[in-house]
Amino acid sequence: MGKGKAGVTSAAGTAPEKKTTSKTPGGSEKAFRTELLRQMLLIRRFEEKSAQMYGLRKIGGFCHLYIGQEAVAVGAVAALDLKDDYVLTAYRDHGHALACGMDPKAMMAELYGRQAGCSRGKGGSMHMFDVDKHMLGGNGIVGAHIPVATGVALKIKYKKENGVVLCFFGDGAIHQGSFHESLNLAKIWNLPIVYICENNQYGMGTDFRRVSSVTDFSKMGLSYDIPGSQMDGMDVLKVHAAVKEAADRARKEHQPSFIEAVTYRYKGHSMSDPATYRTKEELGEYKSQDPILILKAQMLKSKQLNNEEFDKIDAGCKRIGNEAVQFAEDSPQPAIEMLYEDVVV
Amino acid sequence: MPVIAFRQALKDAMDEEMARDQNVILMGEEVAQYNGAYKVSQGLLDKYGPERIIDTPITEEGFTGVGIGAALVGLRPIVEWMTVNFSAQAFDQVLNNAAKMLYMSGGQLKVPIVFRGPNGPAEYLASQHSQSFQAFYSHIPGIKVVAPSTPHDAKGMLKSAIRDDNPVIFLEGEMMYAWKGEVPDEEYLIPLGKAEVKRTGEEVTLISFSRSMQMVLEAAEVLEKEGYSAEVLDLRSLRPLDEEAVFASVVKTNRCVIIDNDWPMASFGSYLGWLISKNCFDSLDAPVELVAMEDVPMPYNHTLELAVQPSMEKIVTAAKRVMYV
Ligand SMILES: Cc1ncc(C[n+]2csc(CCOP(=O)(O)OP(=O)(O)O)c2C)c(N)n1
Ligand SMILES: [Mg+2]
Repeated sequence: MGKGKAGVTSAAGTAPEKKTTSKTPGGSEKAFRTELLRQMLLIRRFEEKSAQMYGLRKIGGFCHLYIGQEAVAVGAVAALDLKDDYVLTAYRDHGHALACGMDPKAMMAELYGRQAGCSRGKGGSMHMFDVDKHMLGGNGIVGAHIPVATGVALKIKYKKENGVVLCFFGDGAIHQGSFHESLNLAKIWNLPIVYICENNQYGMGTDFRRVSSVTDFSKMGLSYDIPGSQMDGMDVLKVHAAVKEAADRARKEHQPSFIEAVTYRYKGHSMSDPATYRTKEELGEYKSQDPILILKAQMLKSKQLNNEEFDKIDAGCKRIGNEAVQFAEDSPQPAIEMLYEDVVV
Repeated sequence: MPVIAFRQALKDAMDEEMARDQNVILMGEEVAQYNGAYKVSQGLLDKYGPERIIDTPITEEGFTGVGIGAALVGLRPIVEWMTVNFSAQAFDQVLNNAAKMLYMSGGQLKVPIVFRGPNGPAEYLASQHSQSFQAFYSHIPGIKVVAPSTPHDAKGMLKSAIRDDNPVIFLEGEMMYAWKGEVPDEEYLIPLGKAEVKRTGEEVTLISFSRSMQMVLEAAEVLEKEGYSAEVLDLRSLRPLDEEAVFASVVKTNRCVIIDNDWPMASFGSYLGWLISKNCFDSLDAPVELVAMEDVPMPYNHTLELAVQPSMEKIVTAAKRVMYV
């Protein structure tokens, strides 16, 4: 993977520099919050562009949008230093990829299936990878990446490194055996990993309450003696604080943690799902606690932001989305010879 | 005769069998309230209620095994795998429980269960969601594996599968659910293990099953326009395999192309090729050809993913190769 990677990254142009720690020395609270806001807006605008291009049939197959859940990936990844830390997630991965600082151009090219895509057009929406940024996918099989993430934590412990792994997955994935087996392993081996269940209330058309024995998933963590809590996943600062605490525990004590971030996806499960299984009122209720609006209101109130500044950031994110589309449009189709590349090394 | 879609034929088969036998239940992800991820179980929850049409969590190993347990003691579950790709999570249950109970118990325990869902590639779904499982499953003694290609066959074979006292893997195709075909109003059953000649011909036999049948029939037409007569055999059932029908056709035409949309190595198609070579050696005028998937995981890019799979053109080329034209 690393071999093809360097070429792809340079072909894709320079990604916007990402601030990887919450407390950059001398960095102000205002700058930190502005960055969280910018990242959430970038995800929102990128996803809107993805939906638009899907509608124009530039993108095909399963495409799962992250709109509504931005606070989880952004707040959580902001607690990391991706030089040492790692991120693994499922197929609803655009938000995590952007939060890890992946290049929106290479991502849009991937959605288009083009050669300059981050996975060279072979992965598509569900399989965003950037090994340099320690973003290890992008997995399409529900629950299948949870043991893999646990294995990444094993390496950190084995090499006596300082890192921590964030493993994101949905409320649907939490019943898979892979989750339960992984938690037990992480606990008995004291692995530095934070399991983050993004409870957006639905696994496809299924309300999580219909298929779960508990409605507070942190009980599942506790049953493996792994500390954790259920928390508001719409407030990016709260997510950040919780993940930071858990990541510190992982680093200092080599202890796994579990966090259930309660959130909501505004769109259907994938582009083909009209989401008729939920009410307009329910959707409206969550849209009124929109993660971007919450942070914006907090910052306006504390005078860390004014409306012109917000509009400027938003315009910048829209521009990045447009440039990503242009880049994807211009980038060539993968050559047919690429079929047999990267099957084995 | 009424013309209905493949998905409707499957639904009608389940509906008729559920009406006939209280022991038949359906379970899987999104089968009830959502009416199936591909709408195959449309309306069944309303008709039979949540005791018989059961939504499960995303726990393939769990609900596949639960289905097997229920089958051991008299129920006749239909387990829907949202796609057969996800049955990899449940593979152990099929391999070590469903396929072994009859044998290990010295004939005491039967496992009357159907596992069904879309198999093989659709479009733009990349490596993890575009896999063919016919080789994995047809490898296993103790189960039956069927893969019909028309709504008519799908209905008659699903009804037989539900009544069968063995575990049956019933392979469908996402791209096939909207295919239309004639299905009679009257009840009928199609036995498992019987192939069908879909088109008679003299100079080459094209053998396939499931979704590939459509392009195989197109290829036969193209060949006819060019003056070559191809016989087309739809296996419909991979295990048990209708060897007699296969050999009869090959002995007649003396040439054979197998089309199997799966990786070539250790595949169902490669096994069939060996079987034909061994049993029809004296009749063959050319080595048996296999049109398979390229030996790579499925890429997302659409041009590449089409290049990976069998196509009408590839089939025509292979047929000409065995005819030396
Ligand atoms: C093992 C497996 N089973 C089924 C699927 C089909 N599937 C894809 S997403 C999904 C729902 C997952 O829901 P959740 O974990 O809550 O994640 P969300 O989509 O809400 O982000 C299902 C059933 C799959 N990809 N993998
Ligand atoms: Mg969910």
